[in-house]
Amino acid sequence: MDYLAPTTVEEAVGALVEQPDARVFAGATDLIPQIRAGRPEPGLLIDLKRIDRCTGVAETDTGWTVGAATPTSRLTEDPEFSGALPGLSEAAGLIGSDQIQNRSSLGGNLCNASPAADSVPGMLINDVRAVIAGASGERTVPVGDVTTGPGRTSLADDEFIVEFEIDRPPANTGDAYLRMIPRTEMDIAVVGAGVRLTLDDDGNCTDVRIALGAVAPTALRVPDAEAALTGKPVDAETLAAVAAAASAACNPIDDKRGTIAYRQQVAGVLAKRAVTIAAQRAAGQPVNGAH
Amino acid sequence: MKTHVHCTINGNETDFLADSGGTLLNALRDDVGLTGVKEGCGTGDCGACSILVEERVTCACLIFAPEAQGTTIVTIEGLAEADHLHPLQETFLEGAALQCGVCTPGFLMAAKALLDKNPDPTETEIRYALAGNLCRCTGYDKIIRAVQDAAERMRTNTNGAA
Repeated sequence: MDYLAPTTVEEAVGALVEQPDARVFAGATDLIPQIRAGRPEPGLLIDLKRIDRCTGVAETDTGWTVGAATPTSRLTEDPEFSGALPGLSEAAGLIGSDQIQNRSSLGGNLCNASPAADSVPGMLINDVRAVIAGASGERTVPVGDVTTGPGRTSLADDEFIVEFEIDRPPANTGDAYLRMIPRTEMDIAVVGAGVRLTLDDDGNCTDVRIALGAVAPTALRVPDAEAALTGKPVDAETLAAVAAAASAACNPIDDKRGTIAYRQQVAGVLAKRAVTIAAQRAAGQPVNGAH
Repeated sequence: MKTHVHCTINGNETDFLADSGGTLLNALRDDVGLTGVKEGCGTGDCGACSILVEERVTCACLIFAPEAQGTTIVTIEGLAEADHLHPLQETFLEGAALQCGVCTPGFLMAAKALLDKNPDPTETEIRYALAGNLCRCTGYDKIIRAVQDAAERMRTNTNGAA
């Protein structure tokens, strides 16, 4: 394997075009174990971390631009970012140990395309957009359009994600992400649930987004659960409806981490709890999250 | 293919030739001769290869060697100052916070990263900060206590008190 550390997006795209078996990487926390496990070695490793646009967190007029290769520890340590989007920040912060956090990135977590990727439900509920560069220029797509199945993305061979655009949430809005694992740290989600909602003056929920991870080939939004809460307050009745809709939306697998029935059940429970935390945050009450 | 890498390791400007697709772990051990950094799992799960890159703890097994170009790295060999052990090394020894010792360099580097940014961590914070390091013989309680003791010693020294 050869190694290249381009400093511009154009240089990276050029290398991808020139060498079809090239592969971009950010933290390599998935790539290196995959190669060790026997996946084919790329002919060329393209390190995105020397490209300015691919690293860093920049505040804009409307929110933030986050480089796709930015270590997730930078997001969780950024008080403005993690204060405004605690759910997304916590989701990103759940990826592995401190050692991994200093390497893992939103771009890598998304493009590795694990159904259990923690940051993806957090990005879905916040309408995060991916700016993708390729031979024909740049395009911007919703994060939900990137993964198409386990280990698969919609990116062409000459494309990679440069950065993410993240809007500042409106007033009276809260988000939350919860993950079920059998221990407290260092495991892969059995189920993940992200919720963002806005409370109106009467305490009713508007603009509800609910997303689940690890229960289907890709992370998914759950429109039925969102509809069950929209225009209504968070109470026992709406929480039960959210849980039922979340459980029904699951299309999970049986594996060593959990059975289908278990994942369906837990998805409902986590969705309910995440709604409760998001609503408390929307009402201005800080809530300690995932840890 | 080999790549020439220039970086600062434990305060010394260092040059080495590394396999372009090899890990920094292998380069440190085989090309630079720093064998204090250990290979456990090779997949970022056990933390035995923990080092500091730009003051941040990372697994050397998950870094391609050429990525080290221009960076500042600290390994276990850089933890003591001349003959003076780092307080973490002292308390690990005094508290018998090791048995076979393979995980110890990684634990020490992860603990150093924690204490560098948080001189007075709670037990919970220590346990989370060391969650990426596995020990299969000591158990964790002595390690946690050693970190607490080192933190206290470092705070006392910094304050100039006894």
